[in-house]
Amino acid sequence: MNITVTVNGAARTSDVEPRMLLVHYLREVLGLRGAHVGCDTTSCGVCTVVVDGLPVKSCTMFAVQVDGRSVTTVEGMASNGQLHPVQAAFHEEHGLQCGFCTPGMMLVAAAFLEENPAPTEEEIRWAISGNLCRCTGYQNIVKAVETAARNMASTEVSQ
Amino acid sequence: MTTMETAPSAEHPGWMGKSVKRIEDARFIAGRGNYVEDVVLPNMLHMAILRSPYAHAKINSIDSSAATALPGVVAVVTGELLAQHKLAWMPTLSGDTQAVLATDKVRFQGQEVACVIAEDRYVAHDALELIEVDYEPLPAVVTPQQALEEGAPLIRDDKEGQVDNRVYHWEAGDAAATEAAFAQADRVVSLDTFYPRSHPSPLECCGCIADVNPASGKATIWMTSQAPHAIRTVFALVAGLPEQNIQIISPDIGGGFGNKVPVYPGYVVATAASLLIGRPVKWIEDRTGNLISTGFARDFHMTGELALNNEGKMLGLRVKMLSDQGYAYADAQPSKFKAGLFHMVTGSYDLPAAHVITDGAYTNKAPGGVAYRCSFRITEASYLIERLVDVAAVEIGMDPAELRRMNFVQPDQFPYRSATGFVYDSGDYAPALDLALEQAGYTELRAEQAARRASGATKQLGIGIASMTEALGAGPSRDYDILGIKMFDSAELRVHPTGKAILKLGVRHQGQGHETTFAQIVAHELGIPPTDILVQEGDTDNTPYGLGTYASRSTPTAGAAAALVARTLREKARKIAAYLLEVAEEDLEWEGDRFSVKGAPEKVKTIQEIAFAAYTNHPQGMDAGLEGVKYYDPPNLTFPFATYLVVAEVDVETGEWKPIKLVAVDDCGVRINPMIVEGQIMGGLTEGYAMAAMQQITFDEDGNCIGSNFMDYLIPTAWETPHFDLYDTCTPSPHHPLGAKGVGESATVGSPAAFVNAVVDAVAHLGVRNIDMPVLSSRVWEAIHHAQG
Repeated sequence: MNITVTVNGAARTSDVEPRMLLVHYLREVLGLRGAHVGCDTTSCGVCTVVVDGLPVKSCTMFAVQVDGRSVTTVEGMASNGQLHPVQAAFHEEHGLQCGFCTPGMMLVAAAFLEENPAPTEEEIRWAISGNLCRCTGYQNIVKAVETAARNMASTEVSQ
Repeated sequence: MTTMETAPSAEHPGWMGKSVKRIEDARFIAGRGNYVEDVVLPNMLHMAILRSPYAHAKINSIDSSAATALPGVVAVVTGELLAQHKLAWMPTLSGDTQAVLATDKVRFQGQEVACVIAEDRYVAHDALELIEVDYEPLPAVVTPQQALEEGAPLIRDDKEGQVDNRVYHWEAGDAAATEAAFAQADRVVSLDTFYPRSHPSPLECCGCIADVNPASGKATIWMTSQAPHAIRTVFALVAGLPEQNIQIISPDIGGGFGNKVPVYPGYVVATAASLLIGRPVKWIEDRTGNLISTGFARDFHMTGELALNNEGKMLGLRVKMLSDQGYAYADAQPSKFKAGLFHMVTGSYDLPAAHVITDGAYTNKAPGGVAYRCSFRITEASYLIERLVDVAAVEIGMDPAELRRMNFVQPDQFPYRSATGFVYDSGDYAPALDLALEQAGYTELRAEQAARRASGATKQLGIGIASMTEALGAGPSRDYDILGIKMFDSAELRVHPTGKAILKLGVRHQGQGHETTFAQIVAHELGIPPTDILVQEGDTDNTPYGLGTYASRSTPTAGAAAALVARTLREKARKIAAYLLEVAEEDLEWEGDRFSVKGAPEKVKTIQEIAFAAYTNHPQGMDAGLEGVKYYDPPNLTFPFATYLVVAEVDVETGEWKPIKLVAVDDCGVRINPMIVEGQIMGGLTEGYAMAAMQQITFDEDGNCIGSNFMDYLIPTAWETPHFDLYDTCTPSPHHPLGAKGVGESATVGSPAAFVNAVVDAVAHLGVRNIDMPVLSSRVWEAIHHAQG
């Protein structure tokens, strides 16, 4: 099937098998390897990407389902050579260790902050609870999201 | 939060004890990591594994003709084909054998039976469904107790001389002295407990891509391995390939936790297939395959008895342990110790006598067990003693903190020889306990607990303490080896002409931050900033030999090697500086990143200037260059310790509980990068909570695995995971060049007992003495109702 998808702002047209998973399309057809596969059952979230503004688990969606839609992956987070505030905060707060869950976790956090720019710790923990991390114990991820929220708010004020 | 920081000085220019932000983060936050699945080679094939649906069955026949005929399928590999190349069986890391692909029988549900090699991963999986296997089911043995019964089905009938299901019998300590101690005891308390089967479950499953060049014979294998050098040697011994023709590359690893130490059948079949077909073969495991077939952990049935006098002084410890090994004895552990370091069970306590009896049994389950985020089975040992101390406290009516304190090994007893043969390097346990009690507000918590008990509140409060000591950092090589390969480690350091450096190590990180921590060690010793140092690990052609990263051994071994090789280079730099400054070596002073002339401090040569001279203007008669290799064989293990304190609230009507406070005081000696150390501790605490609260792999009576995906095998999310308050004390290791000890696993080892102690403490006044892990609400409810009759 022919599909046309806007991926990280650029239109991509491909001929894919109807059964091809979105995560395999992104990784193997488009060469965007930031989304990983961890569980095959929509439980862990390492495959998370953003489709039309909403985080989805790309191991449970077919590539053909995003025909005509817009997908953002971790490779599309930085702009003009500047890290997204969420990326910068994950580094600043030691919010990652092995890095395998990190792209999905950051995309969820960024989408969540669009919706709730000044969240409480509890709201952050709930928002990221669809994504597993085995290394960090989450505390520094939560701190990273808090730091990103603060930095995004102060950038907006200064603008 | 307190952190030990070394004040900047001439000797310490500021890199030790600094929370340097991680150098390796840049690629991960950009989605530019390079994990095994990211490796793509031209002309690559894909492999999928057919697994047994039965726990125990005879294989009458395998018909792969329909699968082979499917367009896109290149080959179907069976055990029969491997047997023709003498590859149907392979050794485990404990010197047992396990099947690569089953030939005669399957011995656990999920065992590898056949592999499809295809042009496309979807086609490979399609073809699995076309393979017809005629199984003849056999009775399954699903507990070690069943396995050791008279007349139990013999699981390993393939092994000559194996007449029953016993794997090992091993003892430590002094039986007679322990009997004598028990004979003098005023009180004996006991605990029967089961540490359930768990699984490390790193978020990246296992996988490899094997590329055997048909012309040169060179096998390059990208692999999810925590121990690439050891794997290379095992491959050479198993497959008979010349070792110089095997290159194992562990690229970025998405978590390991012990799961990625063993050699798995998938690696071997993919390599054999690439060799036979002459094309690269990629195998990426799915989550079910990971959960049901790769290294599980724990599964120890334990009985502990503690002898005390009326004042609470511990006199002796008697322990029996029965281990469920699955169908193969495949622990990744030192060969001298059959139950790993389980005999470290005396923990933090000065026990004059101890005797430990261990037995292992085969069952129809996946082979194991790996040390899941612990130093060779110390997790189980620590859990037993820390639970047993709490049981003793209740039985003799003492405060559990006081009972611990009065029995701690005292600071003046170090180096301390334990009753089971360990020599603890250093420790000072009471200050860590006291700090935890103070930070938690222990006295107030006990008062609050008493008030809630008195009022009969629905939500009762429990306080759980665990004061653990761990033994980690193997070698020394005289006692520690895996399959005869001694457990030392290594570092190679090259300083380039422009003063930048590359540090190559025999270990392999999986998130522990080596690219920053080890760069800091070199920075500390030579004054080259960490960002100017590239740390390389995981490629066996390009790093010196080492046993890998597990059992919290990297900083104790490779970290020491890095410091020592840097010091060797500093001595050569001194000679070059003396030559450049035209003074005697003894007239020079090291200032952290430069040599200056005593009495003439304006005359200096920086390490960068010296490095340039090493390649452009070195003294005649001296070898050019500034590089070296150091192999480090530690004189002893290191013994970090901690007190973990958990406050839990338990609803006595429903059995629901949650941790409402967690205070961790860790002492791992000198901290090189406190931020990374704290990250490791928080990760460890979370896995401790996971085991205490939810993680378990169970089996039904037919040996079907319950827990084969993340919907059945529960892993904590950010929502359940408690907030942690971290503190530290610092008791340096006397023998490590930097005073450091390992830390990556301490919290997983020590904290499970603290969680369980907290829940049991909350309902102890109702008569509850024990609840086995995972402490599910249903178990709490049952325990209360059982105790209340």
